[in-house]
Amino acid sequence: MPKVTFIEFDDTVHTLDAEAGATMMETALQGGVTSIVAECGGACSCATCHVYVDDAWVSRLAPKSDEEEDQLDSAFDVRPNSRLSCQIKVTEELDGLVLRTPSYQGR
Amino acid sequence: MSGLVVIGASYAGVQAAISAREAGYAEPIRIVSDEDMLPYQRPPLSKAYLLDGVAEDKLIIRGDKYFADKKIDLVLGEKAIRIDRTGKRVELQNKPALAFDRLVIATGSRARQLPSAAGLQNIFYLRSLADALALKAQLSTAAELVVIGGGFIGLEVAASAAKLGKKVTVIESTRRLIERALSPVLSEFLRDIHKNHNVTIRFSETVTGMTQNGAKAEIHCANGDKLNADLVLVGIGGIPNAEMAADAGISVQNGIMVDAFGVSDHSEVLAAGDCTSHFNALVKRNIRLESVQHAQDQAKSAGSAIAGKQVVYDAIPRFWSDQYDAKLQMVGLSEGHDAHAIRGSIADNKFSVFLFRDGKLVAIDSVNRPGDQLIGRRLIAGGAMLSPAQASDDSFDLKGLAGTLAPE
Ligand SMILES: Cc1cc2nc3c(=O)[nH]c(=O)nc-3n(C[C@H](O)[C@H](O)[C@H](O)COP(=O)(O)OP(=O)(O)OC[C@H]3O[C@@H](n4cnc5c(N)ncnc54)[C@H](O)[C@@H]3O)c2cc1C
Ligand code: FES
Repeated sequence: MPKVTFIEFDDTVHTLDAEAGATMMETALQGGVTSIVAECGGACSCATCHVYVDDAWVSRLAPKSDEEEDQLDSAFDVRPNSRLSCQIKVTEELDGLVLRTPSYQGR
Repeated sequence: MSGLVVIGASYAGVQAAISAREAGYAEPIRIVSDEDMLPYQRPPLSKAYLLDGVAEDKLIIRGDKYFADKKIDLVLGEKAIRIDRTGKRVELQNKPALAFDRLVIATGSRARQLPSAAGLQNIFYLRSLADALALKAQLSTAAELVVIGGGFIGLEVAASAAKLGKKVTVIESTRRLIERALSPVLSEFLRDIHKNHNVTIRFSETVTGMTQNGAKAEIHCANGDKLNADLVLVGIGGIPNAEMAADAGISVQNGIMVDAFGVSDHSEVLAAGDCTSHFNALVKRNIRLESVQHAQDQAKSAGSAIAGKQVVYDAIPRFWSDQYDAKLQMVGLSEGHDAHAIRGSIADNKFSVFLFRDGKLVAIDSVNRPGDQLIGRRLIAGGAMLSPAQASDDSFDLKGLAGTLAPE
């Protein structure tokens, strides 16, 4: 099982076992990452699952869809390494991925 | 100390418990739910869940371990049947009563029943995962579907069923879709996309009766038409689950009446989510909302209040819906708007309708333009001076205008 690390804006660290096929958002909710809200349940409609991808990993993720790009526009404090965690699927290759959460999830 | 008891383990109940803990509440917390499942996502039930194989366990919001870590006890599969307010106890159907210092009622809402459908087969309502499981099973064999009520849930099921190749008819009693919550431009847009997917919508039509016709339900329309259906989905609105509160002497008027901190007229009893009515400053009257955002944000205030922290609930309401390729997002309350402006292009399926009342921006309905939503929220909250002409001018810098306002 790939392991992924979420570092919350208040520096709480969660290293979680991620299930291949699940999304990073689902992994975060299950693992108790409180600053992932996921209001829309993964429909790419709320941008409350916003994360910053560790620089070393940015280019190793599947690229953003137009839909994700558009929705990210509505998030708070968007940066070049911003992603919506509901749009990142867990794969074995993502073992070791580090994601950080913003201080505010558009809410 | 007896601690906190929460009735209902969905968005509002869970958020209230979490927020209480986060704000430092250290007493025991128990959440009672009459459903067997761990708290799960409801919005997908009318959308993705009906279409593809979203596994039930992927709908779960927070797992067992999360609740254990937060020292929140879940009492699943157990119905609360009475609130003894003065004795500070909640009576349960099977288990011993739970004593409380503070109580949060987060019982949500239930589907309004259609009396003429009583006792017939193949009639479905959609509120819970159990409802969705039954609906999905019937949908797999049904060919003809009738949806009674052109609200969000009805239209989402219609869209999902049309995508699955079913013949779908929607019966709507008013002259346009979702009249109360949507701008006319959006109602028309929705009508058109459903039409383009071969969904028939019968406007200004009412159901006068229904009969069983073999395996099918026969629906009698006021104009004399009869429609046959393998599956009837009734989506005619929700009723707050507030009777138990009313019986306990808590003030209820179309929902449990709560203040900006989620507190009822009895300070030990709080409530949040679909089951409440609150004073909304945008429309200056009491309203009851049914949305995930409302449930979570109001519960945040309620949970914080329990820990002694005052967090005013004054979030600008927002809602979304997915139908076909249209991502609908709404912010604000469009009630009583007297002017509108369109930004973007309806023909390209990418536009927002900015709605004004007395010269003030009160709501934005967007289709595939999420970027307008967050800015819109700031503009509405900040009472921005924006004119319809500026709103419809794509070169006018909305972000810049939002930047001049105080943060939310
Ligand atoms: C099919 C569907 C699609 C939706 N789509 C969207 C959408 O796209 N966007 C959006 O914002 N909102 C949507 N909603 C609305 C949203 O799901 C609700 O507003 C939200 O679930 C309200 O949360 P709540 O916690 O207040 O109540 P609920 O989610 O209704 O939960 C209340 C819980 O309390 C339990 N309960 C009730 N009485 C008792 C009792 N006496 N004892 C124990 N337990 C009890 C209930 O069984 C239930 O589990 C949708 C709803 C449905 C049904
Ligand atoms: S969960 Fe809503 S956009 Fe990711």
